[in-house]
Amino acid sequence: MTAEHSNLAAAQGGATVIPVAVIVNGVTRGATVPARRLLSDFLRHDLRLTGTHVGCEHGVCGACTVLLDGEPVRSCLMFAVQAAGREVTTVEGCGTLAELGPVQQAFADCHGLQCGFCTPGFVTTITAYLRENPTPTEAEAREAISGNLCRCTGYQNIVKSVLRAADLIGEQS
Amino acid sequence: MKPAPFAYHAPRTLAEAIEVLGALGHDGKILAGGQSLIPMLSMRLAAPAHLIDINAVAGLNEIAVTPEAVRVGATVRHRALERSPQAYAVLPLLRQALVNVAHPAIRNRGTTVGSIAHADAAGEMPAVAALTGAVMEVAGPGGPREISAADFFTGPLETTLAPEEILTAVRFSRFPEGTLTGFLESARRSGDYAMAGVGVAVTVKQGSIVAARASFVSVTDIPDVLDLTPVLADVSAQDLPTRWDDLRGAVREHVSPESDIHASADYRRMLAGELTCRVVTQVMTR
Amino acid sequence: MTTKLFGAPIARREDPRLVTGNGRYLDDLGHTAYEAAFVRSPHAHARIVDIDVTDALETPGLIGIWSHEDLGGAVGEPLPLLIPHPALTHPRTGYALAAGEVNHVGEAIALVVAEDRYAAEDAVARIRVDYDFLTPVVGLEKARAATDLVHAEVPGNVAANLRQEVGDVDAAMAAAPNRLRLDLTIERSACMPMEGKGVYAKWDSDAEHLTLWSSTQTATGVRAAVAARLGLPLAKVDCIAPDVGGGFGVKIMHPWPEEVLIPWAARLLGHDVKWTEDRREHFISSSHERGQLQEVEVGFDDDGRVLALDVKFWHDNGAFTPYGIIVPIITATQLLGPYKPGAYRVEFWSLYTNTVLVTPYRGAGRPQGCFAMERTMDAIADHLGIDRAEVRGRNFIQPAEMPYDHGLMFQDGRPLKYDSGDFPASLAKLKELVGWEDFATYREQAAAQGRRVGLGIGCYVEGTGVGPYEGAHVVIETSGRVNVATGLTTQGQGHQTVFAQIVADELGVPLESIHVTTGDTRRMPYAVGTFASRAAVMSGNAIALAAQAARAKALKIAADALEVSADDLEIVDGRVRVKGAPDTGMSIGMTAVLSNPLRYAFDDAAQAATQFAGTFDPDKPPVGDDEEPGLEGRDFYSPTQATFANGMHAAIVETDPVTAEITILRYCVIHDCGMMINPMIVEGQVHGGVAQGVGGALYERMVYDESGQLLNASFMDFLMPYATEVPHVETDHLETPSPLNPLGIKGAGEAGCIPVTAVIASAIEDAEGFPITSMPISPVELWELRQRHERGELPSLHRRADEATAKEQQ
Repeated sequence: MTAEHSNLAAAQGGATVIPVAVIVNGVTRGATVPARRLLSDFLRHDLRLTGTHVGCEHGVCGACTVLLDGEPVRSCLMFAVQAAGREVTTVEGCGTLAELGPVQQAFADCHGLQCGFCTPGFVTTITAYLRENPTPTEAEAREAISGNLCRCTGYQNIVKSVLRAADLIGEQS
Repeated sequence: MKPAPFAYHAPRTLAEAIEVLGALGHDGKILAGGQSLIPMLSMRLAAPAHLIDINAVAGLNEIAVTPEAVRVGATVRHRALERSPQAYAVLPLLRQALVNVAHPAIRNRGTTVGSIAHADAAGEMPAVAALTGAVMEVAGPGGPREISAADFFTGPLETTLAPEEILTAVRFSRFPEGTLTGFLESARRSGDYAMAGVGVAVTVKQGSIVAARASFVSVTDIPDVLDLTPVLADVSAQDLPTRWDDLRGAVREHVSPESDIHASADYRRMLAGELTCRVVTQVMTR
Repeated sequence: MTTKLFGAPIARREDPRLVTGNGRYLDDLGHTAYEAAFVRSPHAHARIVDIDVTDALETPGLIGIWSHEDLGGAVGEPLPLLIPHPALTHPRTGYALAAGEVNHVGEAIALVVAEDRYAAEDAVARIRVDYDFLTPVVGLEKARAATDLVHAEVPGNVAANLRQEVGDVDAAMAAAPNRLRLDLTIERSACMPMEGKGVYAKWDSDAEHLTLWSSTQTATGVRAAVAARLGLPLAKVDCIAPDVGGGFGVKIMHPWPEEVLIPWAARLLGHDVKWTEDRREHFISSSHERGQLQEVEVGFDDDGRVLALDVKFWHDNGAFTPYGIIVPIITATQLLGPYKPGAYRVEFWSLYTNTVLVTPYRGAGRPQGCFAMERTMDAIADHLGIDRAEVRGRNFIQPAEMPYDHGLMFQDGRPLKYDSGDFPASLAKLKELVGWEDFATYREQAAAQGRRVGLGIGCYVEGTGVGPYEGAHVVIETSGRVNVATGLTTQGQGHQTVFAQIVADELGVPLESIHVTTGDTRRMPYAVGTFASRAAVMSGNAIALAAQAARAKALKIAADALEVSADDLEIVDGRVRVKGAPDTGMSIGMTAVLSNPLRYAFDDAAQAATQFAGTFDPDKPPVGDDEEPGLEGRDFYSPTQATFANGMHAAIVETDPVTAEITILRYCVIHDCGMMINPMIVEGQVHGGVAQGVGGALYERMVYDESGQLLNASFMDFLMPYATEVPHVETDHLETPSPLNPLGIKGAGEAGCIPVTAVIASAIEDAEGFPITSMPISPVELWELRQRHERGELPSLHRRADEATAKEQQ
């Protein structure tokens, strides 16, 4: 654990600055940040992994969703310091330009995105969901993405993308 | 929308946590899941000088099933409790309610005990605490103590927890043999705070109801329990409709909703009654 | 021939970048920039007495604080009135930073720049502003009553009043055998793109050059506006729209105060400065739309034909009118939809309120107009006991009547003249898709199960692709790479794909070799912007023309080199070759080599192009008198008028008999936007529009209290639908080509959202049996309407009253 807890006198002065190391997409990445640094800002601005997007900063839109030890969480509702020592997967960890991950490929195949701003949060959410339920029905696919807002697609093709991704993952294994 | 500066404390033991909190009193705020707190910090609706993050405190992350209760530690995530087969086996109400708490990504981080300490009348888990007659395990400078759910909630966002105390666990009491439970709510969008919600526990013997209790979401000032036994006693599944008017009347009498931009008080009152009829039907015909 | 790509549903070329987190949106840029935050008014209407920054000066990380009096020059003058109109007699625009008075909650008062956004917000929290309170005017009723004024010198709060009339409405109305009056209200909503606005400015003090990135729908507009405000030559300013996370209209408005202030601060400080709008700022300091009170009087014959239509409406334009009165003008004209009333009169009043300003939101006044017209059609049908689809059909403009001139002036100042469309065919398709004739049976079955269902319908016509122009520049490199630039911007419409499809067909080159740039004034300085469903029509046709010019040049060069006639050449798969003798030819890249005689041989291709390469005629200059070096095409498309797309929607809804919760069971769309470049993308646009329409019909509204506080300025309380709230959308298309442009296309961007509010209202009304006249509608509102209906305060629909009577008589 990285933060001191007993030196109250030092802490009284205001912002605590803390070295934080997080295993991001399999690589340990670190920066010294104030305690109030949101995980979303840490990823985007300290580590410059700008694939994680910030759409509301109050946990509703889901654009900033990352996987914390494999489970989706809102990176705007965590402080970076709380992720110290944990594994974080961002959209950049779900595939690359050279080799799209199956969920990413499914979005491209199904026209599952338009402006693309919400897409990273969907990709991480769906990646985790399909591990849990590799063969969702259409209704389950719709439910699985119901915590993420998209303003462009009307979700029609995102639902298709979930089903397509399930097929692609099924073919791989 | 960025939080104001604060000093950050990450105690490793409960004793340390109590010591820090005791030294800070009103200046300190406990951070567990943070799913309600962090938005308030980011909007600067709250700006505590100190945050005491209890996520690293040993021993708080456990779910234990005992003959009497399901005991949930302060850092157990909603999602962990929702998924626990042991907890579900003895107290299915927990999962029935938890799936209504926001969305999975929020439940992966938010804690059940934290939502009870937050005591939002629109929260599902305070209602479940009330309905199960839960026992709050509290630690503080004066040593541990226990508070019953009935004595815990005192008003919207208000409890009898002292500023220097930490809610370390909640013991959700198990229901008597033959008790069926259900949870139903109506929200504007999936995962939103409910316009109204209700959890019920109905004890059935030989096809007839012998006891029934309900607890509500978003329509009462504090999560408390409505004893529906007088209304539903001796009724079987097929005769339920004969009690609807009485049931709606009892609920209407009990709840005290307020109007907001999503629904009027009258509508919520109607909704609470209707949802109660529907969830009792679900429970009795499952 | 190469496979034709126009019309093919090919996968988007932008997607691999965007799905892997490699997009670059505004806040992904400028990691080392200073960041800005604003002190914004917490009051709707007040005079600023004092701004005290004393405490804030101690904030760690603070760089500077500025208020109106610090600005000076054009930066301190009122922001421009972008679109003046003779009827806008009392235009008012705000200042970059409020000058003494604030007129809505959220208006910027002070600019704070700090080392990062956290520190900037710390300083904002420490700045104290004292106010003298003025009475806020909130809501159209208050604005209309004009007991209090938003701007002291604007009488009656009236910014604009405009009346248009075709035919003699009074006479036609008086002569009509049937007349109805309807009051039809729509509340405020907003575009709400997932990415808010944002500006990043870089001042190069060596070059005295400003580079500005903005999350905008018009890079050229922002560039010109900023250059003017900062007193810079246009040549010293460039504006780039990076990846933009949705626009839907709000980002066509410009210059936003921040677009002026951030570059101003960057130049002043000699340091990059960035502002990334947060969600609360977006709610209270960008723009809203939709709020209108509308009164319709209609006269019609016994067959349901509209003889006279008299519409009055009051438009809430918020605190300022920088974007003019485009929205109410569109309502006034597009309200007519596919119909031809005998006589038509429309008059509107655009009113000031102490709320966030109003600029176009996808649909831009059409959803309101469509609501007015379609509710009227339903009312006529109900009054006469005629099928709702039948009444619509009887009022349609027929295909043989195209082009059809309504005799009105459209938003672009040009005649409202429909170019094409087959409304009867669309209606027939829609009825088949939704099962119009079978619905009565379905309703009976549902009723037997205690379920309440209703069927709704709505039709619209949408003027798309308005001018004045767009341009394109096509450059073919010696490698065969084709660079295409057009000036308008992209917010997710797939321009990199659809424009490449057009170029691939025109040039005969592989799609992979084409690279499209949008919204970058360095690459195409002449452009208008992305709004009014105009990108495909305007830039699509401009790009086709520019590609044709490049192709003609390539053919001419190849013809000279091969000593054949250009008419005998074709370009297939990037190779210019002789028709019928495909082995004789050269790559299009080689024609680029030949187009540019070089002095320096820096690589193999260049060597082939030097003055000393090959044979040449010593009597001719290397570049002929009427020639230019390079293989390029540049052209502009400027139409005489808009193209008019159309569509018809139907929905089946279920309403809970007890809780009044509303569920859309089916949603059907017939859509006609002329020839589709990429049907997959068109379909996506329709889906997204419908979802926004569903939001507008059932979930989204801006809730202001009397003091002008926006009560739901967060995603917790402004209810944008999730996947679980949007129904499956069933679509079918008609392709009625536009005769107005070579590609035969019309716009598709806004269509999906236009009729949804009307359709859902129609369906709920059909389910409930009493009129629905105000939208959006929530369960509680429907529940309250039921109670009013039961108390006899709301009439039953005639068809329900008739059914009830019939049942009693049985």
